[in-house]
Amino acid sequence: MAATYEPIATTTLGSNQSSVTLSSIPSTYTDLLLIFSGGITSNRELLMRVNGDTGSNYSGTTLLGYGSSASSQRESNSSSVFIGDYSSNPCTTIFQFNNYSNTTTYKTALTRISAAGNMIGANVALWRSTSAINSITLFSSYQLTSGSMLTLYGIKAA
Amino acid sequence: MATTYTLIDKSILTGTQANVEFTGLGSYSSDYTDLKLVISVRTAASGSYDYGLINFNNNTSSYSTRLIYGDNSAAASFTWGSSAQLSTGMINNSSQTSNTFSSVEIYIPNYSSSNYKSCSIDTVQENNGTAYRAMAAGLWSNTSAITSIKLAGESGSWVSGSSFYLYGIKNS
Repeated sequence: MAATYEPIATTTLGSNQSSVTLSSIPSTYTDLLLIFSGGITSNRELLMRVNGDTGSNYSGTTLLGYGSSASSQRESNSSSVFIGDYSSNPCTTIFQFNNYSNTTTYKTALTRISAAGNMIGANVALWRSTSAINSITLFSSYQLTSGSMLTLYGIKAA
Repeated sequence: MATTYTLIDKSILTGTQANVEFTGLGSYSSDYTDLKLVISVRTAASGSYDYGLINFNNNTSSYSTRLIYGDNSAAASFTWGSSAQLSTGMINNSSQTSNTFSSVEIYIPNYSSSNYKSCSIDTVQENNGTAYRAMAAGLWSNTSAITSIKLAGESGSWVSGSSFYLYGIKNS
C-alpha cells in the first residue's frame, strides 16, 4: 500500500541563522505539513515566504493571545507572512498547506503557533499565485536559533 | 519505507480513573521524532468546565502554558498559574451535556532532544450549551528526553469512555 504520510525533508540548524529554506518540494502529494520546533533570538518575529517570492503577494489574518489579552491582526499586499512573535525557547509551529501543488488556485496556509514564552496563535495566509509551491522559507529580522528543527511531510489523498 | 505515523499505545477507559500514563517512551527515541496525543475526555468534576493537566516524566516543575480561548461571546488569553503541570484548556465534566466528550490534540515535536520541550495543544468543549474552544502553547523547561506522559483532570477523574491514543511520528 502506498504511504499516505511521508517525510520529505528535515533539517536541524547547526548555528543561529536568519533564514532556512526547504526547496525542491515535489508536486506528487496532495497536502504538505511543516513542523517547526525552534526559536528566534531576541524574542522577534517569524516570517514566511514560498517559492522565493518577495513580491507583495501575501496576506494573512492572525488570532493572538499574549497571556493577558486576545487580539487579531491582519496584513494585505505584504512581501511575506507574519507568523508570530517567538522567544528563544523552543516553540512549536505547525503549518498546513492544503492542495499545494495545483496550478489553478491561489495557495493558502493554516498555521498554529505555540510559543509559550510569548504567545499562542493561529494564522491563515494567502499567497496570490497559482503556481505549485516548490519551496518554503522561514526567516526573521533576527535569527532562528541553533538546534531549531524543520520537518516537511507530504500527505497523499490517494 | 518505514511507516511515518504509528500508533504506539492507547487507553480506553471502562471505568473512572484518576489519570492515564504512557510510560517507556525512552525506548522509542530512535524510532520517532515527534509524539502526538489524540484524546477524547470527560471528567467527573462539576462546574462550567474542568482542565486537563499534563506532566512529563512525573516531573512537577518548570512548566508554563499560555492559552487563548473563545467562550461563546468573546476571546481572551491567559497564562496558566501553576508551573507544576501543563494545561490543555477547558474540557467537559459531568455538568455538561451527557455523552459529550472533549476532543484534545497534543503535538510534541522533538520529544527526545536535549532542548526544552514545546508542545501545541488544541481543545474543544462544545456541548450544545456554553462551550469553550481553546488553544494552548506549552513549554517544559527541562532538557531531559520525555520518557513518560501523564494526563489527569484538574478537578475530577476521567470517566468511562474517555480514550487516549499516542502516536509516534518519524521524520525520516
